[in-house]
Amino acid sequence: MIVRIMGEGQWRLPDDKLDQLNEVDAALERAVSTNDEDGFRTSFAALLDLVRGHGQRVPDNELHDSDAILPPGDSTLAEMRELISGDGLIAG
Amino acid sequence: MSIFKRMSTIFKAKANTALDKAEDPRETLDYSYQKQLELLQKVRRGVADVATSRKRVELQASQLQSQSQKLHDQAQKALSMGREDLAREALTRKSGLQGQIDDLTAQHAQLQGEEEKLTLASQRLQAKVESFRTRKETIKATYTAAEAQTRINEAFSGISEEMSDVGLAVQRAEDKTQQMQARAGAIDELLASGALDDATGTSKDNITLELERMSSNSDVESELEALRSQLGTGSEPPKQLSQDAATPAQPIQQPVAEPVRPQDGDVR
Repeated sequence: MIVRIMGEGQWRLPDDKLDQLNEVDAALERAVSTNDEDGFRTSFAALLDLVRGHGQRVPDNELHDSDAILPPGDSTLAEMRELISGDGLIAG
Repeated sequence: MSIFKRMSTIFKAKANTALDKAEDPRETLDYSYQKQLELLQKVRRGVADVATSRKRVELQASQLQSQSQKLHDQAQKALSMGREDLAREALTRKSGLQGQIDDLTAQHAQLQGEEEKLTLASQRLQAKVESFRTRKETIKATYTAAEAQTRINEAFSGISEEMSDVGLAVQRAEDKTQQMQARAGAIDELLASGALDDATGTSKDNITLELERMSSNSDVESELEALRSQLGTGSEPPKQLSQDAATPAQPIQQPVAEPVRPQDGDVR
Protein backbone atom coordinates (compact mmCIF):
# COMPACT_ATOMS: atom_id res chain seq x y z
CA MET A 1 0.00 0.00 0.00
CA ILE A 2 1.04 3.62 -0.54
CA VAL A 3 1.14 5.95 2.44
CA ARG A 4 1.65 9.68 2.30
CA ILE A 5 3.10 11.68 5.14
CA MET A 6 2.03 15.19 4.35
CA GLY A 7 4.90 17.53 3.70
CA GLU A 8 7.30 14.64 3.17
CA GLY A 9 6.03 12.53 0.30
CA GLN A 10 4.86 8.97 -0.28
CA TRP A 11 6.09 5.55 0.83
CA ARG A 12 5.26 2.12 -0.48
CA LEU A 13 4.69 -0.26 2.42
CA PRO A 14 4.71 -4.04 2.22
CA ASP A 15 1.25 -5.50 2.85
CA ASP A 16 2.45 -7.55 5.81
CA LYS A 17 2.92 -4.32 7.74
CA LEU A 18 -0.78 -3.60 7.54
CA ASP A 19 -1.69 -5.22 10.85
CA GLN A 20 1.02 -3.37 12.67
CA LEU A 21 -0.07 -0.19 11.00
CA ASN A 22 -3.68 -0.63 11.97
CA GLU A 23 -2.68 -1.30 15.53
CA VAL A 24 -0.76 1.95 15.91
CA ASP A 25 -3.41 3.80 13.96
CA ALA A 26 -6.05 2.59 16.42
CA ALA A 27 -3.95 3.81 19.34
CA LEU A 28 -3.60 7.16 17.63
CA GLU A 29 -7.30 7.36 17.00
CA ARG A 30 -7.99 6.65 20.68
CA ALA A 31 -5.55 9.34 21.77
CA VAL A 32 -7.05 11.92 19.44
CA SER A 33 -10.63 11.19 20.44
CA THR A 34 -9.82 11.36 24.16
CA ASN A 35 -7.62 14.41 23.73
CA ASP A 36 -4.69 12.52 25.25
CA GLU A 37 -1.67 14.67 24.44
CA ASP A 38 0.97 12.17 25.58
CA GLY A 39 -0.72 9.24 23.91
CA PHE A 40 -1.01 11.28 20.75
CA ARG A 41 2.68 12.07 20.66
CA THR A 42 3.76 8.49 21.31
CA SER A 43 1.43 6.81 18.86
CA PHE A 44 1.87 9.39 16.14
CA ALA A 45 5.65 9.09 16.39
CA ALA A 46 5.33 5.29 16.25
CA LEU A 47 3.16 5.53 13.15
CA LEU A 48 5.58 7.85 11.39
CA ASP A 49 8.53 5.63 12.30
CA LEU A 50 6.75 2.61 10.96
CA VAL A 51 6.10 4.26 7.60
CA ARG A 52 9.51 5.89 7.26
CA GLY A 53 11.35 2.86 8.55
CA HIS A 54 9.62 0.07 6.63
CA GLY A 55 8.43 1.87 3.55
CA GLN A 56 10.21 2.56 0.32
CA ARG A 57 10.02 6.05 -1.07
CA VAL A 58 7.85 6.50 -4.13
CA PRO A 59 9.94 8.32 -6.76
CA ASP A 60 8.99 11.97 -7.26
CA ASN A 61 7.93 11.52 -10.86
CA GLU A 62 5.39 8.80 -10.16
CA LEU A 63 1.75 9.77 -9.84
CA HIS A 64 -0.26 7.66 -7.44
CA ASP A 65 -2.94 8.48 -5.02
CA SER A 66 -2.28 7.13 -1.57
CA ASP A 67 -4.20 4.46 0.28
CA ALA A 68 -3.60 6.29 3.48
CA ILE A 69 -2.56 9.81 4.35
CA LEU A 70 -0.88 11.06 7.50
CA PRO A 71 -0.78 14.66 8.66
CA PRO A 72 2.56 16.50 8.71
CA GLY A 73 5.03 14.96 11.16
CA ASP A 74 5.18 18.08 13.30
CA SER A 75 1.41 18.38 13.73
CA THR A 76 0.03 19.11 17.16
CA LEU A 77 -2.98 17.32 18.53
CA ALA A 78 -5.11 20.39 17.84
CA GLU A 79 -3.91 20.58 14.23
CA MET A 80 -4.56 16.89 13.78
CA ARG A 81 -8.13 17.34 14.96
CA GLU A 82 -8.64 20.19 12.56
CA LEU A 83 -7.15 18.22 9.67
CA ILE A 84 -9.31 15.19 10.12
CA SER A 85 -12.43 17.26 10.52
CA GLY A 86 -12.00 18.26 6.88
CA ASP A 87 -12.92 21.87 7.45
CA GLY A 88 -11.10 23.77 4.79
CA LEU A 89 -7.54 23.21 5.95
CA ILE A 90 -6.80 21.11 2.93
CA ALA A 91 -7.15 23.20 -0.19
CA GLY A 92 -8.97 21.48 -3.06
CA MET B 1 -12.94 5.98 11.64
CA SER B 2 -9.17 5.60 11.52
CA ILE B 3 -6.97 8.63 11.11
CA PHE B 4 -5.47 7.11 7.98
CA LYS B 5 -8.74 6.57 6.24
CA ARG B 6 -10.35 9.77 7.29
CA MET B 7 -7.54 11.80 5.80
CA SER B 8 -7.52 10.04 2.47
CA THR B 9 -11.29 10.17 2.25
CA ILE B 10 -11.12 13.92 2.61
CA PHE B 11 -8.48 14.16 -0.09
CA LYS B 12 -10.41 11.98 -2.49
CA ALA B 13 -13.59 13.90 -1.92
CA LYS B 14 -11.80 17.11 -2.88
CA ALA B 15 -10.36 15.55 -6.02
CA ASN B 16 -13.76 14.24 -7.08
CA THR B 17 -15.51 17.54 -6.54
CA ALA B 18 -12.99 19.18 -8.84
CA LEU B 19 -13.42 16.47 -11.47
CA ASP B 20 -17.20 16.61 -11.43
CA LYS B 21 -17.22 20.24 -12.42
CA ALA B 22 -15.88 19.65 -15.93
CA GLU B 23 -18.05 18.68 -18.88
CA ASP B 24 -15.31 17.38 -21.12
CA PRO B 25 -12.78 15.46 -19.00
CA ARG B 26 -10.01 16.68 -21.25
CA GLU B 27 -10.69 20.22 -20.14
CA THR B 28 -10.14 19.09 -16.60
CA LEU B 29 -6.66 17.99 -17.53
CA ASP B 30 -5.69 21.36 -18.93
CA TYR B 31 -7.36 23.22 -16.15
CA SER B 32 -5.66 21.12 -13.54
CA TYR B 33 -2.32 21.56 -15.26
CA GLN B 34 -2.76 25.33 -15.04
CA LYS B 35 -3.51 24.98 -11.36
CA GLN B 36 -0.42 22.87 -10.89
CA LEU B 37 1.79 25.48 -12.50
CA GLU B 38 0.25 28.16 -10.32
CA LEU B 39 0.86 26.09 -7.24
CA LEU B 40 4.44 25.49 -8.31
CA GLN B 41 4.91 29.25 -8.54
CA LYS B 42 3.35 29.64 -5.15
CA VAL B 43 5.67 27.11 -3.54
CA ARG B 44 8.69 28.81 -5.04
CA ARG B 45 7.51 32.14 -3.72
CA GLY B 46 6.98 30.44 -0.39
CA VAL B 47 10.58 29.22 -0.37
CA ALA B 48 11.79 32.74 -1.16
CA ASP B 49 9.62 34.26 1.58
CA VAL B 50 10.88 31.86 4.19
CA ALA B 51 14.46 32.51 3.09
CA THR B 52 13.90 36.25 3.47
CA SER B 53 12.59 35.78 6.99
CA ARG B 54 15.48 33.51 7.81
CA LYS B 55 17.98 36.13 6.68
CA ARG B 56 16.23 38.79 8.67
CA VAL B 57 16.42 36.68 11.80
CA GLU B 58 20.10 36.04 11.08
CA LEU B 59 20.76 39.74 10.81
CA GLN B 60 18.93 40.49 14.02
CA ALA B 61 20.74 37.74 15.84
CA SER B 62 24.10 39.12 14.78
CA GLN B 63 23.07 42.64 15.81
CA LEU B 64 22.04 41.40 19.22
CA GLN B 65 25.20 39.35 19.40
CA SER B 66 27.40 42.38 18.84
CA GLN B 67 25.33 44.32 21.33
CA SER B 68 25.97 41.57 23.82
CA GLN B 69 29.69 41.59 23.02
CA LYS B 70 29.74 45.33 23.54
CA LEU B 71 28.18 44.94 26.97
CA HIS B 72 30.72 42.26 27.78
CA ASP B 73 33.56 44.59 26.79
CA GLN B 74 32.03 47.36 28.83
CA ALA B 75 31.86 45.11 31.85
CA GLN B 76 35.50 44.20 31.41
CA LYS B 77 36.52 47.80 31.08
CA ALA B 78 34.44 48.88 34.04
CA LEU B 79 35.94 46.17 36.17
CA SER B 80 39.46 47.11 35.16
CA MET B 81 38.66 50.62 36.31
CA GLY B 82 37.46 49.28 39.59
CA ARG B 83 33.80 50.02 38.92
CA GLU B 84 32.11 46.78 39.86
CA ASP B 85 28.71 48.47 39.97
CA LEU B 86 28.95 49.42 36.30
CA ALA B 87 30.26 46.01 35.35
CA ARG B 88 27.32 44.43 37.13
CA GLU B 89 24.88 46.69 35.31
CA ALA B 90 26.41 45.82 31.93
CA LEU B 91 26.32 42.09 32.65
CA THR B 92 22.71 42.32 33.78
CA ARG B 93 21.73 43.88 30.47
CA LYS B 94 23.78 41.32 28.66
CA SER B 95 21.89 38.48 30.29
CA GLY B 96 18.63 40.16 29.29
CA LEU B 97 19.78 40.10 25.67
CA GLN B 98 20.75 36.47 25.86
CA GLY B 99 17.11 35.43 26.17
CA GLN B 100 16.29 37.20 22.93
CA ILE B 101 19.30 35.74 21.19
CA ASP B 102 18.25 32.23 22.24
CA ASP B 103 14.76 32.92 20.98
CA LEU B 104 16.09 34.06 17.63
CA THR B 105 18.32 31.02 17.39
CA ALA B 106 15.31 28.77 17.87
CA GLN B 107 13.33 30.72 15.28
CA HIS B 108 16.20 30.46 12.89
CA ALA B 109 16.33 26.70 13.19
CA GLN B 110 12.60 26.50 12.64
CA LEU B 111 12.71 28.69 9.54
CA GLN B 112 15.60 26.70 8.17
CA GLY B 113 13.54 23.54 8.63
CA GLU B 114 10.57 25.08 6.82
CA GLU B 115 12.79 26.24 4.03
CA GLU B 116 14.23 22.78 3.51
CA LYS B 117 10.80 21.16 3.62
CA LEU B 118 9.35 23.58 1.10
CA THR B 119 12.33 23.24 -1.20
CA LEU B 120 11.87 19.48 -1.25
CA ALA B 121 8.12 19.87 -1.71
CA SER B 122 8.70 22.11 -4.67
CA GLN B 123 11.08 19.59 -6.24
CA ARG B 124 8.58 16.78 -5.72
CA LEU B 125 5.74 18.79 -7.14
CA GLN B 126 7.79 19.82 -10.14
CA ALA B 127 8.60 16.19 -10.96
CA LYS B 128 4.96 15.20 -10.57
CA VAL B 129 3.68 18.08 -12.65
CA GLU B 130 6.08 17.05 -15.38
CA SER B 131 4.75 13.46 -15.24
CA PHE B 132 1.23 14.75 -15.30
CA ARG B 133 1.92 16.85 -18.38
CA THR B 134 3.28 13.83 -20.25
CA ARG B 135 0.36 11.70 -19.22
CA LYS B 136 -2.10 14.43 -20.12
CA GLU B 137 -0.71 14.71 -23.64
CA THR B 138 -0.86 10.95 -24.10
CA ILE B 139 -4.44 10.78 -22.91
CA LYS B 140 -5.48 13.61 -25.17
CA ALA B 141 -3.74 12.10 -28.20
CA THR B 142 -5.31 8.70 -27.80
CA TYR B 143 -8.57 9.94 -26.46
CA THR B 144 -11.47 7.58 -26.62
CA ALA B 145 -14.35 8.42 -24.39
CA ALA B 146 -14.69 4.89 -23.11
CA GLU B 147 -11.32 4.60 -21.44
CA ALA B 148 -10.46 8.22 -20.97
CA GLN B 149 -12.38 8.82 -17.80
CA THR B 150 -10.59 6.10 -15.88
CA ARG B 151 -7.15 7.20 -16.97
CA ILE B 152 -7.93 10.81 -16.33
CA ASN B 153 -9.17 9.95 -12.88
CA GLU B 154 -5.98 8.08 -12.15
CA ALA B 155 -3.71 10.86 -13.30
CA PHE B 156 -5.84 13.42 -11.63
CA SER B 157 -6.14 11.89 -8.20
CA GLY B 158 -2.39 11.31 -8.00
CA ILE B 159 -1.55 14.92 -8.69
CA SER B 160 -4.47 16.31 -6.78
CA GLU B 161 -3.28 14.68 -3.60
CA GLU B 162 0.18 16.11 -4.12
CA MET B 163 -1.31 19.54 -4.70
CA SER B 164 -3.37 19.42 -1.53
CA ASP B 165 -0.29 18.35 0.36
CA VAL B 166 1.95 21.06 -1.05
CA GLY B 167 -0.82 23.62 -0.68
CA LEU B 168 -1.03 22.89 3.00
CA ALA B 169 2.75 22.92 3.38
CA VAL B 170 2.91 26.39 1.86
CA GLN B 171 0.11 27.55 4.10
CA ARG B 172 1.78 26.23 7.22
CA ALA B 173 5.07 27.82 6.26
CA GLU B 174 3.30 31.13 5.64
CA ASP B 175 1.61 30.98 9.03
CA LYS B 176 4.86 30.29 10.80
CA THR B 177 6.72 32.97 8.88
CA GLN B 178 4.03 35.50 9.66
CA GLN B 179 4.18 34.80 13.38
CA MET B 180 7.93 35.20 13.32
CA GLN B 181 7.76 38.35 11.27
CA ALA B 182 5.60 39.95 13.90
CA ARG B 183 8.21 39.13 16.52
CA ALA B 184 11.04 40.16 14.23
CA GLY B 185 9.27 43.48 13.71
CA ALA B 186 9.17 44.02 17.44
CA ILE B 187 12.91 43.36 17.73
CA ASP B 188 13.63 45.71 14.82
CA GLU B 189 11.73 48.42 16.62
CA LEU B 190 13.69 47.73 19.78
CA LEU B 191 16.97 47.92 17.90
CA ALA B 192 15.93 51.12 16.12
CA SER B 193 14.72 52.82 19.28
CA GLY B 194 18.04 52.25 20.99
CA ALA B 195 16.23 50.69 23.92
CA LEU B 196 18.62 47.76 23.75
CA ASP B 197 21.56 50.14 24.06
CA ASP B 198 20.06 51.50 27.15
CA ALA B 199 17.79 49.50 29.33
CA THR B 200 17.12 52.48 31.59
CA GLY B 201 15.46 54.45 28.81
CA THR B 202 17.56 57.59 29.21
CA SER B 203 18.71 59.09 25.99
CA LYS B 204 22.25 57.79 26.18
CA ASP B 205 23.46 54.53 27.57
CA ASN B 206 24.62 55.46 31.04
CA ILE B 207 27.24 52.75 31.24
CA THR B 208 28.79 54.11 28.09
CA LEU B 209 28.59 57.65 29.43
CA GLU B 210 30.25 56.72 32.67
CA LEU B 211 32.96 54.70 30.98
CA GLU B 212 33.52 57.44 28.44
CA ARG B 213 33.86 60.00 31.17
CA MET B 214 36.25 57.81 33.10
CA SER B 215 38.26 56.83 30.11
CA SER B 216 38.33 60.32 28.69
CA ASN B 217 39.74 61.48 31.99
CA SER B 218 42.44 58.89 31.82
CA ASP B 219 42.93 59.56 28.11
CA VAL B 220 43.52 63.20 28.90
CA GLU B 221 45.99 62.21 31.57
CA SER B 222 47.93 59.87 29.34
CA GLU B 223 47.93 62.33 26.48
CA LEU B 224 49.24 64.98 28.78
CA GLU B 225 51.91 62.57 29.83
CA ALA B 226 52.81 61.87 26.23
CA LEU B 227 53.03 65.56 25.43
CA ARG B 228 55.19 66.14 28.39
CA SER B 229 57.65 63.48 27.44
CA GLN B 230 57.70 64.71 23.84
CA LEU B 231 58.50 68.20 24.93
CA GLY B 232 60.91 66.86 27.43
CA THR B 233 63.21 65.14 24.96
CA GLY B 234 66.67 66.63 25.26
CA SER B 235 65.86 68.72 28.29
CA GLU B 236 64.28 67.79 31.50
CA PRO B 237 61.39 70.11 32.07
CA PRO B 238 58.38 67.83 31.68
CA LYS B 239 59.25 66.01 34.82
CA GLN B 240 58.32 69.09 36.59
CA LEU B 241 54.91 68.01 37.75
CA SER B 242 55.82 64.54 38.80
CA GLN B 243 59.48 64.94 39.29
CA ASP B 244 59.61 63.98 42.93
CA ALA B 245 59.33 60.34 42.21
CA ALA B 246 60.97 60.07 38.87
CA THR B 247 64.34 61.65 38.44
CA PRO B 248 67.17 59.49 39.68
CA ALA B 249 69.05 59.80 36.38
CA GLN B 250 69.11 63.55 36.58
CA PRO B 251 71.14 64.37 39.58
CA ILE B 252 70.89 68.09 39.39
CA GLN B 253 67.38 69.14 38.83
CA GLN B 254 66.12 72.61 39.28
CA PRO B 255 62.78 72.23 40.87
CA VAL B 256 61.34 75.57 39.81
CA ALA B 257 60.72 77.66 36.73
CA GLU B 258 64.03 77.45 35.02
CA PRO B 259 63.52 74.37 32.87
CA VAL B 260 60.28 75.75 31.54
CA ARG B 261 62.12 78.27 29.47
CA PRO B 262 63.70 75.95 26.95
CA GLN B 263 60.39 74.15 26.75
CA ASP B 264 58.63 77.30 25.63
CA GLY B 265 61.44 77.79 23.21
CA ASP B 266 60.84 74.35 21.68
CA VAL B 267 57.23 74.91 21.14
CA ARG B 268 57.57 78.40 19.85
